[in-house]
Amino acid sequence: MDHSAAPLAVTSSHAQDLAWVVLLFPLVSALSITFGLRRSRTLTNTMALSAVVTGFFLSVALFLGFGFGPGVNADALPWLSIPGLNIHLGLKVDSLSTLMLMVVTGISSLVHLYSTQYMDEDQDYPRYFAALGLFTFAMLGIVLSDNLVQTFIFWELVGVTSYLLVGFWYEKPAAADAAKKAFLTNRIGDFGFILGIVIVWAATGTVQFDELAQKLHADPKVLGNMASLAGVLIFLGAMGKSAQVPLHVWLPDAMEGPTPVSALIHAATMVAAGVYMLCRVFFLLDLPAAWPDALSFLSPFSALGIIAWVGGITSLLAGLIAIQQDDIKRILAYSTLSQLGYMIMAVGCAGPDAAMFHLTTHACFKALLFLGAGSVIVGCHHEQNIWKMGGLWKRMPTTAICFAIGTAALCGVPVVTAGFYSKDAIFAAALADGRHMLFGIGILVAGLTTLYMARLFLVAFLGTPRSEQAEHAHESPWRMTLPLTILAFPSVALGWLPIGGFLKHRFFPEVAVHYPDSLTEILFEPFNHSPLGAVLGLGMIIFGAFAAVMLYWSAAQDPLPDRVPGISRALSRRLYFDQVYEAVFIPLHDAVAALADWFDRWIVQGFIVRGASGGVELFGRGLRLVQTGNLQTYAFFFVAGVALVVLLALN
Amino acid sequence: MTPGLNHYLVVSALLFCLGLFGVLARRNLIVIYMCLELMLNAANLALVAFSRFNANLNGQVMVFFIITVAAAEVAVGLALIVALYRKRQTAHVEDLTSLRF
Repeated sequence: MDHSAAPLAVTSSHAQDLAWVVLLFPLVSALSITFGLRRSRTLTNTMALSAVVTGFFLSVALFLGFGFGPGVNADALPWLSIPGLNIHLGLKVDSLSTLMLMVVTGISSLVHLYSTQYMDEDQDYPRYFAALGLFTFAMLGIVLSDNLVQTFIFWELVGVTSYLLVGFWYEKPAAADAAKKAFLTNRIGDFGFILGIVIVWAATGTVQFDELAQKLHADPKVLGNMASLAGVLIFLGAMGKSAQVPLHVWLPDAMEGPTPVSALIHAATMVAAGVYMLCRVFFLLDLPAAWPDALSFLSPFSALGIIAWVGGITSLLAGLIAIQQDDIKRILAYSTLSQLGYMIMAVGCAGPDAAMFHLTTHACFKALLFLGAGSVIVGCHHEQNIWKMGGLWKRMPTTAICFAIGTAALCGVPVVTAGFYSKDAIFAAALADGRHMLFGIGILVAGLTTLYMARLFLVAFLGTPRSEQAEHAHESPWRMTLPLTILAFPSVALGWLPIGGFLKHRFFPEVAVHYPDSLTEILFEPFNHSPLGAVLGLGMIIFGAFAAVMLYWSAAQDPLPDRVPGISRALSRRLYFDQVYEAVFIPLHDAVAALADWFDRWIVQGFIVRGASGGVELFGRGLRLVQTGNLQTYAFFFVAGVALVVLLALN
Repeated sequence: MTPGLNHYLVVSALLFCLGLFGVLARRNLIVIYMCLELMLNAANLALVAFSRFNANLNGQVMVFFIITVAAAEVAVGLALIVALYRKRQTAHVEDLTSLRF
């Protein structure tokens, strides 16, 4: 790296270094807020907001500059260099990372703006913005990383900031517990992730994405019989961060954090990091099944097959559970799980383009829904139970309209919402990959999605107020409604942009991509492209909406617990995952901990440490007897010693 | 019969053994000290004898060094003994066993 030769003006060969600015701005903001700006709210606001907004505009510039080319690397810093392992901190600027960069900084900007109002009354206002800045920094680090180790470092940083933000109101025991749960559950996934990285490194000798792709291109069998294992272990990391069954339990609990945090971290960006990472290393996953001998019973499954099924099961279970939740944020949390399941399933069905497309649109409308939920919660004086709301349509019109748009996008209403296009891309990927079961699950989940979202909307916004708080609900100030309004636009229009085709070209350069050219063709593209998915999806939306209207139109309370009590109870208790974990894993963990404690107390501390020191002490006590204190004894030993040496020397 | 190298060496060895015996057996620090000097002089005698019979002056040079060092050593050692005597009112090794366990 030689900057002395570079002219002051940014030349084209150095423009990609702007990525460093995008990455480091939020960190600078977090540090300066922590170490000084915290005294002033205005300064804290200005610093935090300007860092991410600047980041967003730079991201757009980077996308326009590098998103359409083959991708470039920004100047890298060497970090670790030992024989056989060279790691540097480098940034990869290509279509994938710049697209994600725009999503993260864009949503982050709006959430920052929203938070200035939402967190206004909080005592720890600066701590919140510092943590939010730190999170944005870590997330951008994952997005821009050009090697697995750097990804892992920022992966952990994201985990830490998520911990800080979920547990932001740490004086509330539920929030503190949720933060711990999120952190610990993620550890399980991260353990697999790092094992996967080690396997990949051991087989190829590199952790850099470009070099890995080259090596795999030159010799697809370079990973040998570890290929599928490495893929599944890396996927384990994504399972933790993207909350896939069975590691999904932390995400609904993470809703204890402030609502803007839920919107940014637990809906739009961090939980999508797993999907993004899988797309980034898709070339590693897309290998024929090859297992080590000990795991040969898994040989019918490829890594992608396992990924697809985990995603499909997650989307189905989460969609079911969402039907019987009453807390507005929990419904959205399970909906997020379900949509993440979709994305993971798309990756598994060899459709990373569909996964990234859905990630992008989902980030917009799910952030919109969460921010809308936050607006509702504030409007109803911190009431989160939808059965205590009702009639908000008239009292909070802006929020209601935006929420309706978000709901429509999440359900995937054809033509007029972005969700329709991205969801259809996923159905098409499942069909094209020949996974008909998963296609069926996907279609079913589309119906479930409409059912629970229509339930939420009907109960919370329509009908009559069911409580005092809903009676006196009021519209939120402009700093909260403006982000909602802004997000409503991409929730509608993002699907009309050819993001799917653009990404397909990036992942599969050899496949010819057809870009629709007339307006009708753009609007009805899914019906041409994959008519079965589009038509069945539409049918399920109508069915789901019909069922929701039948059940919940001006209902005073949920009719399901009376009609199907057993199923309803199981769903409202979230299919007993937490109870099972409490009954199985926690005693197991306690037993292991007790054993480790015993081992440490008696073997390590008692035998090894005390044994060593005791042995030395005993020897010393013995040696002390030699010290008579008599000068002439010493002299005698000295002479005897000399005599011995002389004797030995003469022999 | 003129004395040869062996005679000198035997005398030197006898002197050395006398000195060593004194160091190990006597109880008074001053006497032990004098016996130490005796051992040094036994070595000197051997060196001078070697020098004379091998027609090599290196041995005598060494002797000068030893005498110098011995003088310095006596200055320090006797001072120590005097200081010790002032503090403990004794110069007998049996009474000086405070370094025991």
